Amino acid sequence: MPEIGTDRWVAEFESRRVRREGPWGRLIEWSSRRWLWLFAGAAIVYPFVIGGDFGIRVGVNALLLAMLAIGLNVVVGYTGLLDLGYVAYYGLGAYGYAFLASDQFGIHLPTPVVVAVVALVVFGVGLVLGQPARRLVGDYLAILTLFFLQVFVELALNLDRLDLPFVDGPVSITGGPNGIAGVDPMEILGFRFGQVRDYYFLLLVLVILLIVGVTNLARSRTGVGWRAIREDTLAAEHMTIPSGRLKVLAYAFGATVAAVSGTVFAAVQLGVFPQNFTVALLIVVYAALVLGGEGSIPGALVGALIIAMVPELLRTPAGARLLFYGGLLVAGLTLVRPRRRLAVIVPGLLLFGLAVRALVAGIWPGLVAAETAGGVDRWLLRFSASADVVVSVLFVVTIAVALAAVAVRRRRVRDALLILGVYLLVLVWENRLVEEPSITRQLLFGALLVVLMVARPHGLLGRPRVEVV
Amino acid sequence: MGSWVAPEWRWCETMAVLELRGLTKRFGGLLVVDGLDLSVAEGEIVSLIGPNGAGKTTVFNLISGVFTPDGGDILLDGRSIVGLPRHEIARRGVARTFQTLRVFLNMTVAENVIAAEYASGTVGAVRSFLGTPAARAEAERMRAEAERRLAFFGERLVGYRLEQPAYSLSYANRRRLEIARAMATGARLLLLDEPAAGMNPAETQEITRLIGQLRDEAGYTILVIEHDMHVVEGISDRVVALDHGVKIAEGSFDDVATDPAVVEAYLGKGGAATK
Repeated sequence: MPEIGTDRWVAEFESRRVRREGPWGRLIEWSSRRWLWLFAGAAIVYPFVIGGDFGIRVGVNALLLAMLAIGLNVVVGYTGLLDLGYVAYYGLGAYGYAFLASDQFGIHLPTPVVVAVVALVVFGVGLVLGQPARRLVGDYLAILTLFFLQVFVELALNLDRLDLPFVDGPVSITGGPNGIAGVDPMEILGFRFGQVRDYYFLLLVLVILLIVGVTNLARSRTGVGWRAIREDTLAAEHMTIPSGRLKVLAYAFGATVAAVSGTVFAAVQLGVFPQNFTVALLIVVYAALVLGGEGSIPGALVGALIIAMVPELLRTPAGARLLFYGGLLVAGLTLVRPRRRLAVIVPGLLLFGLAVRALVAGIWPGLVAAETAGGVDRWLLRFSASADVVVSVLFVVTIAVALAAVAVRRRRVRDALLILGVYLLVLVWENRLVEEPSITRQLLFGALLVVLMVARPHGLLGRPRVEVV
Repeated sequence: MGSWVAPEWRWCETMAVLELRGLTKRFGGLLVVDGLDLSVAEGEIVSLIGPNGAGKTTVFNLISGVFTPDGGDILLDGRSIVGLPRHEIARRGVARTFQTLRVFLNMTVAENVIAAEYASGTVGAVRSFLGTPAARAEAERMRAEAERRLAFFGERLVGYRLEQPAYSLSYANRRRLEIARAMATGARLLLLDEPAAGMNPAETQEITRLIGQLRDEAGYTILVIEHDMHVVEGISDRVVALDHGVKIAEGSFDDVATDPAVVEAYLGKGGAATK
């Protein structure tokens, strides 16, 4: 007679358990528990380390994006509603702030009142516009919500020459394409936000509060219900979860978070303009969420920080270089399997570089630039200015080699092609691309995203989802 | 006033927990369930049997609100539940499991059960967001409740298993998890759709005992669809046989198993003669 509840697996569990070990493993374990403290600490120090106003402005953008991504995470990551109208609520929040705190209508309400009113109104709008989510799923909901976004943009662009009854002349509500300039800075408890740094710390507080709140929600019956709906809506309903109500709630919650970040956005840039709230921003927010990992709060945060800060890092050659070699290292460590292949590839790469350098210097000394500054230059060829064409040709060759390396199956040939490809890549990079950050910035950023997503398809901190087993 | 009409709740006590009256469902021109009458009394275990396509799962889907019936009525404690939203039906005390398992794969074992406790909660989203003491207390209570439900299955689904994703569970454990989840809704009537499907003989025996325990120790009323006749024989107070959506036999296991109409439905005409 089998006993209920006896299981060999249970008995043997401890001996089978896999733990992260060593200092590296302990560090990962520790940081996965204390990530919010790590983030808060780093974020507090950041403005003092970075110094300049520009760097803090980048931080402000990153935090705004983080708020948007964490709010969207509730809608998309938890509840599984593909909301393409999300950015409209960001815009609604920004315009709402501008309406209630600028000369547009001559209304200048205290900041806490404005934010509260905007949050409540947008929450109500979210409850109404979220109704279709009760019945529509996936791409159907996506198209419908995208339509909401377009309506918002059209209204923002065109509500500037409105003929109202009993009013003489056209009335401008949104200011049309020019938007509303001269929005009041925020003022909370008598403290007037004068500098970008003030807004940075305000946003930091908001982001941390939001993270704590959403973490609380995720543990509550509401949060668990949201995720159950994403997993299997029908089964969730059979388990007493009112799916329609919870979906609308998730939608409206996301809208409210976006609106609150919108009010700060309006205040920090002292104006609102329709072109700030287009599909382009929507894609950026989704990119942050997907890169970080749908359904993960630290993921949304990390994704937003990467998306907002990396392109800024790429503006200077030093930053770009750091990222280029960092990316190369990460790609090497994650994509080359088994790792012992690196033992062949890395020394091969070094020897190959030295050999090429010696060879070229011997045959065509005119091609090589005179100055050698040490470091990478002792290994790599530096072309003189007259050899620009050569670099362009090599650029094309690099792409061809990369494609060949992917196509070839034989291990030895593949390793050889990889050595050649990486060498050429570094060569082209050092001789040409690094000098022109305006061109390389987007290119490199795109390549980085591709590499990251290939390495971790479920996002940096997301968990791989299992659909059917 | 001459005649005094008893309020509904008064005659609940003598009434069946679940009663189907002339239940009918069509899919296009096909009559899947045809005027089915069935009642399940408090604390009873009723098995629904019949060949594939007899309409058994459709009956479950009608009761739990996946489909709305084209005719007839479904009474839970004497009150009609036809047309109610699914979560409301569940809230009133009908929980089910699925023939093709539908656990929340990417959630942990504990979360699967906590999700089903939704209706027992009172704390709204605002208080949960703020993390008020009430919200924390409720989360802890739900968690403890989930562990208690899972402990019903011995040590299989507790301990370290609580934090494992449901997709890591074996097939049999997923079936157990589904039952635990159905229990956690606070239902009194369980609809179990082929609980022993895909189980090995030892596990089948275990599930038979488990269904008995669900009634005897936990006090559930159970309507079960099952193909394994050993299970049906082991658990049923009463067996109802369906074929082409029509009830062809009802009674004790022995009566139904030897009923000529049932034998014919399973084996075809003359099936009994070739035996």
